[in-house]
Amino acid sequence: MSGFVMFISQIFNGLKIGSVYALVALGYTMVYGIIRLLNFAHGDFIMIGAYTLMLSIPALAAMGMPAWTAVIPATLVCALVGVLVERLAYKPVREKGNSMTALITAIAMSLLLENGSQAIFGADYKTVPTIVSIPTLTIGQLKIDGATIVSIVLGVVMMVAMQLYVKRTKQGKAMRAVSEDKEASLLMGINVNGTITLTFAIGSGLAAIAALMYCVSYPQVSPTMGMMLGLKAFVAAVLGGIGSIPGAMVGGLAIGLIESLTKAYIGTITGGVITSAFSDAIVFAILIIVLLVRPSGLMGEPETEKV
Amino acid sequence: MLDIKNLSVSYGAIDAVKGISLHVDDGEIVSLIGANGAGKTTTLHTITGLVPARSGSIVFNGQDLLKTKANKIVTLGMAHVPEGRHVFTRMSVQENLEMGAYSLKDTSHVAEDLDKVYTYFPRLKERRRQLAGTLSGGEQQMVAMGRAIMSRPNTILMDEPSMGLSPKLVKEIFRIIEKLHEEGITVLLVEQNAKMALSIADRAYVLETGRITMEGKASDLLHDEKVRKAYLGA
Ligand SMILES: Nc1ncnc2c1ncn2[C@@H]1O[C@H](COP(=O)(O)OP(=O)(O)OP(=O)(O)O)[C@@H](O)[C@H]1O
Ligand SMILES: [Mg+2]
Repeated sequence: MSGFVMFISQIFNGLKIGSVYALVALGYTMVYGIIRLLNFAHGDFIMIGAYTLMLSIPALAAMGMPAWTAVIPATLVCALVGVLVERLAYKPVREKGNSMTALITAIAMSLLLENGSQAIFGADYKTVPTIVSIPTLTIGQLKIDGATIVSIVLGVVMMVAMQLYVKRTKQGKAMRAVSEDKEASLLMGINVNGTITLTFAIGSGLAAIAALMYCVSYPQVSPTMGMMLGLKAFVAAVLGGIGSIPGAMVGGLAIGLIESLTKAYIGTITGGVITSAFSDAIVFAILIIVLLVRPSGLMGEPETEKV
Repeated sequence: MLDIKNLSVSYGAIDAVKGISLHVDDGEIVSLIGANGAGKTTTLHTITGLVPARSGSIVFNGQDLLKTKANKIVTLGMAHVPEGRHVFTRMSVQENLEMGAYSLKDTSHVAEDLDKVYTYFPRLKERRRQLAGTLSGGEQQMVAMGRAIMSRPNTILMDEPSMGLSPKLVKEIFRIIEKLHEEGITVLLVEQNAKMALSIADRAYVLETGRITMEGKASDLLHDEKVRKAYLGA
């Protein structure tokens, strides 16, 4: 494989994992936008989505359904768990406590979900059955495997769909209104609590789709699989500008690309001084640098001052 | 008709409104004037359900507003232009106006209503694609009023629409309030600019530290010695 072909295939790798980060970051950023809460349990929704895939694929196969249809129960389960977490844990805390209480509650929910699934499924890795088998695409020397194609296409479709939803639909506009000004939203007749619940449902549902995209390439689940994914997605959301939907997409893809390219080239570039083991540290270093230059992230708008 | 009886509102230990009664009849402009912290905004917030009442009653066209969810009140035909405008800064002017029509089931008049708002405020038409956060204070006030008009209200509550505006813009805003009144819209107007507020109102109430201390025909209050001293700087 020539150097150039290798480079292009690394770009595709980066876009593949970047699409996963982008969808998770989208959920992070939507929830943050609407209630100013860093939902640390968000990454764990991927894990719940992945376990749901693992359990429902054989069940659906027994009914003669293709494996990918498992994304439907996975999305529903994630949306439901997201809504329950919001209604039972975050809403009472939001109405009584302060933002620190809310943050600690989010960390507690994350641990609860991880420990809960460990109690049910055990701590070890389990295998997810094959979800799709799409042949490898060969263009000259370049080979792109089916998993990469599925992830990138699905990621792009979901991102475009979310952007249209938020910009064009009545519910999407209500979401933007509530994320800006809850009192004014009430005066417009918007059901603010209902809109917050819907945002959680959609954000968590997106995590299930991210789980599908992830499991197509890495068909393994464990109770803590969402931790690192959630953290990277959080970095992506902050990099893009937390609260900004296009920012989450750009941030996710950027983190994916940075990660994949550093893994591939950092050893060669630095003459072996920095190895690819540092790729996660580099991702965070880039985040810090970007935030020093642009505190509101790549696409975030500085908070407009309230009178 | 809006009828408030013995309304009390508190924020924790702070009593902001202490047993006020007031009413606004259909087709009237009623002004509520008073100094900073008198409880004017609190009164309007309680009417539209943004703040809970401690005791008393608020009835609007036969509906008990204290038992109505905040987001349902606009569907009864009551719009509220809040203090400080509260426009959606990251939406365009036109999107803000369209949000005003959010509660309408029948959306067939939205385009026509938009045209109406743009004839009231031609400046908004030029800026319809601009983000509302980038508008001047006066233009944001126009957006907030236009947004209220878009909900096809029969009653509008306005909280200090003249705040921070140049005398010329204040005149323009008040001219629109009079126009709305001529169209048959009932107005409850909260103002610190007592002179303007009294000059366009039918009746008025004076609120002092949570209590109504005076009420009557606006023209009478405009010439009342105490009102002139306290609120008209004369
Ligand atoms: N959210 C709140 N929490 C606690 N106290 C409040 C709150 N809002 C208002 N107050 C208090 O209630 C009282 C009445 O305030 P309100 O805003 O209703 O006055 P106002 O007449 O509208 O004043 P202004 O002319 O300055 O707008 C004030 O003492 C104020 O400090
Ligand atoms: Mg006020």
